[in-house]
Amino acid sequence: MTDTGLFGAETLALHAGQSPDAMHGSRATPIHFTTSYVFADADQAAALFNLEQPGHVYSRISNPTNAVLEERTAALEGGVGAIAVASGQAALHLAVTTLMGCGGHIVASRSLYGGSHNLFAYTLPRFGIETTFVDPRDPDAWRSAIRPETRLLFGESLGNPGLDVLDIPTVAAIAHAAKLPLLVDATLVSPALQRPFDLGADLVMHSATKFIGGHGVAVGGVLVEGGRFDWEASGLYPTLTEPYDGFHGMDFAEESPVAAFLLRARREGLRDFGACLSPMNAFQILQGLETLPLRMRAHVDNARRVADHLAASPLVDRIAYPGLATHPDHALAERLLPDGCGAVLAFDLKGGREAGRAFIGALRLFSHLANVGDAKSLVIHPASTTHFRMSAPDLAASGIGEGTVRLSVGLESCGDLLADLDRGLYAVGKLLKA
Amino acid sequence: MDRLIRQQTCRIYTGGRDFDPRLPSVVLIHGAGHDHSVWHYQARHLAHHGFGVLAPDLPGHGASAGAPLESIDAMADWLLDMLDACGVEHAVLAGHSMGSLIALATAARARERTRKLILIGSVAPMPVAPALIDAACSAPGRAHAMINQWSYSATAQLGASASPGTSLLGINQRLMARQAAGVLATDLRACDAWQDGLSCAAQVSCPTLLISGQRDQMTPPRAVKPLFDALVNVAGGARMMTLQGAGHAMMAEAPQALNNAIRGFLNT
Repeated sequence: MTDTGLFGAETLALHAGQSPDAMHGSRATPIHFTTSYVFADADQAAALFNLEQPGHVYSRISNPTNAVLEERTAALEGGVGAIAVASGQAALHLAVTTLMGCGGHIVASRSLYGGSHNLFAYTLPRFGIETTFVDPRDPDAWRSAIRPETRLLFGESLGNPGLDVLDIPTVAAIAHAAKLPLLVDATLVSPALQRPFDLGADLVMHSATKFIGGHGVAVGGVLVEGGRFDWEASGLYPTLTEPYDGFHGMDFAEESPVAAFLLRARREGLRDFGACLSPMNAFQILQGLETLPLRMRAHVDNARRVADHLAASPLVDRIAYPGLATHPDHALAERLLPDGCGAVLAFDLKGGREAGRAFIGALRLFSHLANVGDAKSLVIHPASTTHFRMSAPDLAASGIGEGTVRLSVGLESCGDLLADLDRGLYAVGKLLKA
Repeated sequence: MDRLIRQQTCRIYTGGRDFDPRLPSVVLIHGAGHDHSVWHYQARHLAHHGFGVLAPDLPGHGASAGAPLESIDAMADWLLDMLDACGVEHAVLAGHSMGSLIALATAARARERTRKLILIGSVAPMPVAPALIDAACSAPGRAHAMINQWSYSATAQLGASASPGTSLLGINQRLMARQAAGVLATDLRACDAWQDGLSCAAQVSCPTLLISGQRDQMTPPRAVKPLFDALVNVAGGARMMTLQGAGHAMMAEAPQALNNAIRGFLNT
């Protein structure tokens, strides 16, 4: 039992947000493949548009299948609600545009997924929103980067791909002292390993494509509100605390003091930007979500053994996995991630870029592709793929070297994974001797 | 809107429309540890159907200043001051849980000003488990969890919220946690201590509707009978209605059914 719910994570993952379909008794979540919903009469239509009664109008705004994913994720995170969107990037964009417009400023960790870095560094400036990147381990850097126009602090629970552990309590305290919210991208940990709201975060986002979905079949994202941040007391968020002409003059914080952010994000962001999730994707992600706690335990067990195995190899220069005592954030990880540090790890091979190519080329079970969080094991070379847009200094600052290899450890028999990695290491050994 | 009542700022939600005292007024009174936002759907519905809606944050709750009032009688006196401050002479009074006791006490005090009375999730007297009051004093988080456990039907405890994408238990916990320290305990003590419900009921002169949730564990339908019996034979008479499947938190669990029940009663 948690502070917001009465059930454990395994139960919530299976049941939260759905009761058997009233008409047919369907136990599984039905896929509501419909764009729109028939109004009973003109009065009901008006009532739905006026938010006098809850319900679905058009699937860009809400959909019954998506609503199950939203409510289930919110229950697992301990939040007040969620919005499912087309991808993790759509979730991040929705969060930013709900909180600020032209002239806004973000302070973000410099250890980010390449796509998020790209959004902040290159795309949002075109719309007048600037970002200052800071060393996530340096509290003073977070603090000193805050400006009068700052509206959001942002970091990843586990930075990608260096696996820096975000000190959420410390960064949240810095944010709150400045009357700002902290948004955490918790994709690499999932609510099975960490609930950022319990640590002080105010908003959480996921690329549900990854561990939440867990099977590499559907792209999707989820944005969750924690419900503790007082938008009205902050005084910095007119989008939430002043009448909005685009929706009947609604003052979202007055309508719903604890879920004002979600109310605006759905009524404006989903409606106008339109990055909605297909109900088919929501269904597929829900199938994965049902077993999330079980899968994450198995992912963590395998990842830990893989990390130990690689750490013992003389061909590995450096391994980034906070579960290892050699990681600079190991002590923090023990405090903030007591159930495990996820299943993504990165390491540098002796021999740089060529060694990386040889290693990846020799693997048979690990699939070489641009994703993490699949039940199957994955491998990639970040400098030439996910982070290729970053300059050499930015790569170095993010802990990415020419020979850095990132693994997403899956659920295969661990002995088979270790044997596959040995094939890669053997190829590196041969290269270095040549 | 914000109004100055007894020299303190009071937040009054008006359902998304400017309050017009020329319209029939409906006052929506929230329960213990809550604020106006529990009435989100009902307030908007009534405000868009010809009523002037006043859903105040009681003193010390939500965005209203001051300390929480310590008795149901004090809350009823304050409510009459609020009506005066809003220029309202006559009103329908609707309350949920503790708010229903405030509505009942107000209706007994101001018979000529109360057009109709709607008591939602109401029993009188309203004893509160000592364990809950103790928890509200010493471990609010535990009290919030207890209230969440008792406020929702078994179905709603696992979700399938009427409002797409929201967690009913999450919203309720955060709403209670947002109130200042001591507010919930003060409210619960006020409910527990107030013994005048049945005598107030005997003084009510307007029609009354009692609405219960079929699965309400806090104020179960069978426990409503003494209050109904006290109201049914007074001048205005009383009706009882049960919302199928709903728990104590009817405004969120069964918003449409509650809207319909309230509208139906107001239109008779």
